[in-house]
Amino acid sequence: MIEFRQVTKRYGSDHTALRQVNFGLERGELVFLTGHSGAGKSTLLKLIMVMERPSAGEVIVGGQVLNTLPRRQVPYIRRHIGVVFQNHQLLFDRTVFDNVAMPLEVMGTPARDIGRRVRAALDKVGLLSKEKMNPLQLSGGEQQRVGIARAVVNKPPVLLADEPTGNLDPDLSADIMRLFAEFSQVGVTVLIASHDIALINDLGRRTLTLDHGRLTAGVGAAGSWHG
Amino acid sequence: MANESRRQQSRGAKSGRSPWREQAESYLSHHHKVARDSARRLWQSPLASMMTWTVMGVALALPVALMLLLASLEGVSAGWESSARVTAYLGDSVSIDEAQALKATVTDDSRVAEVELIDRDTALEEFRASSGLEDALDYLDENPLPHTLLVTPSESSRTADGVEMLLTVVEGLDGVERVQVDLGWLQRLNAMTDLLGRAVWALAMLLAAAVVLVIGNTVRLAIENRRDEILVAKLVGGTDAFVRRPFLYTGAWFGLGGGIVALILLQLSLWWLSGPVERLAGLYRSEFSLNGLSLDGALALIIAAMLLGWLGAWLAVKRHLDDIEPGEIAGG
Repeated sequence: MIEFRQVTKRYGSDHTALRQVNFGLERGELVFLTGHSGAGKSTLLKLIMVMERPSAGEVIVGGQVLNTLPRRQVPYIRRHIGVVFQNHQLLFDRTVFDNVAMPLEVMGTPARDIGRRVRAALDKVGLLSKEKMNPLQLSGGEQQRVGIARAVVNKPPVLLADEPTGNLDPDLSADIMRLFAEFSQVGVTVLIASHDIALINDLGRRTLTLDHGRLTAGVGAAGSWHG
Repeated sequence: MANESRRQQSRGAKSGRSPWREQAESYLSHHHKVARDSARRLWQSPLASMMTWTVMGVALALPVALMLLLASLEGVSAGWESSARVTAYLGDSVSIDEAQALKATVTDDSRVAEVELIDRDTALEEFRASSGLEDALDYLDENPLPHTLLVTPSESSRTADGVEMLLTVVEGLDGVERVQVDLGWLQRLNAMTDLLGRAVWALAMLLAAAVVLVIGNTVRLAIENRRDEILVAKLVGGTDAFVRRPFLYTGAWFGLGGGIVALILLQLSLWWLSGPVERLAGLYRSEFSLNGLSLDGALALIIAAMLLGWLGAWLAVKRHLDDIEPGEIAGG
């Protein structure tokens, strides 16, 4: 589903965020991405989202080589990638429902389908009763789950998460991780950037480790990692 | 991917609703929603919106008022042009038969509506009757007056240029000694309205540019205010067109409001001026009257205002929206 081939990303002439990164993620895999801060985790996610383009190498998502993708095609790629942020990126001028509905509106989904699918997504994260509330009225954990509902509402084949549990206590973090695991079970490729080593070790999943832009662990396929 | 699955789904679930129709309906309903939402946003900050509308209204009303004034002036000169006649005095040696032949020649010209021949005897009679110089005229041995042709230009030639042209043609005819037409002041008026017309257009262009810039700046602020929303829309796969749409509608709504304010200003000043103008025109025994905008004109003004608003928004959007890229969200 996601493949990096010899990907290098340089910012200017002195800062290299990623050096010849190689890995591949299968459909339905749940993989962690870890490393010290500044190791290149966010850069890697941005390359998948086409927020950045690689300086060298190829990024392939869903069979599509992103390097040469014309700018106007970028939105259509992003519709197949759900993203969850540490700071949720929710809009506080509208209800929970309208926040979650955004990816569908962007795609031009008919109104009656929007209602059905938004409620399905909110139900999945356990917030169906709060659809009419403003995100500001929700707790941090609930806000994060609204963000997750928004990321999955259009059933993307790829789900990215950047420090999704950064601000949450361990119990809530475990809840969120359980959600991600459920998505991967129905075939969604999930990539979670996190430095919460304890949580990652608990779950025992394949982990990509970045160190100063180099991938030092987790290159192999899921099976070989678990051994 | 997602599109395809939805298409199949809808094909299976609801036969009779073609997928493209569904797509078109949802596109239209989205437009409807965005348009309503943009209008509501303007309504929610009435004071700021009202100020923008007023600025636009004044900027639009000024050139339109001048154009209306010009149109009224042109109406005046058109009225006079229709009464412009070319008087051709024939030579003394021209006989009445030759005069008849000349009349026939001139009548054949397509630029001529009517030719009246006043022979020298009739002319003398008229002169005698109207001048009160009967006794003095009796002392003359012979009739000093020539035959005269009164040429009325055809409808299409009743412009200063048309009359001028006719003048040269008649002047060039054999047997015509002198041609007279009082066009001087008409030409001056025409030259003046021409000049004014250009000045008004130049002013209109400048003010239109000002309107575009004002709207552009207002929309730029709106873009800044909705930065987060734009970022999220781009993140979840909103196309550039999707992100621009609300702002383009905002510009068009600003235009609509500005156009309406301009119409109100025009009507108010027309109402305020019409009394004095009528009195002044009455003093000059002129048919001059100030005309307001017709329904077509009012519609054209509003549509033009909306286009200007849209254009201003488009410029702002083009300039500032591309700068907002979600790259900065994810941090280092």
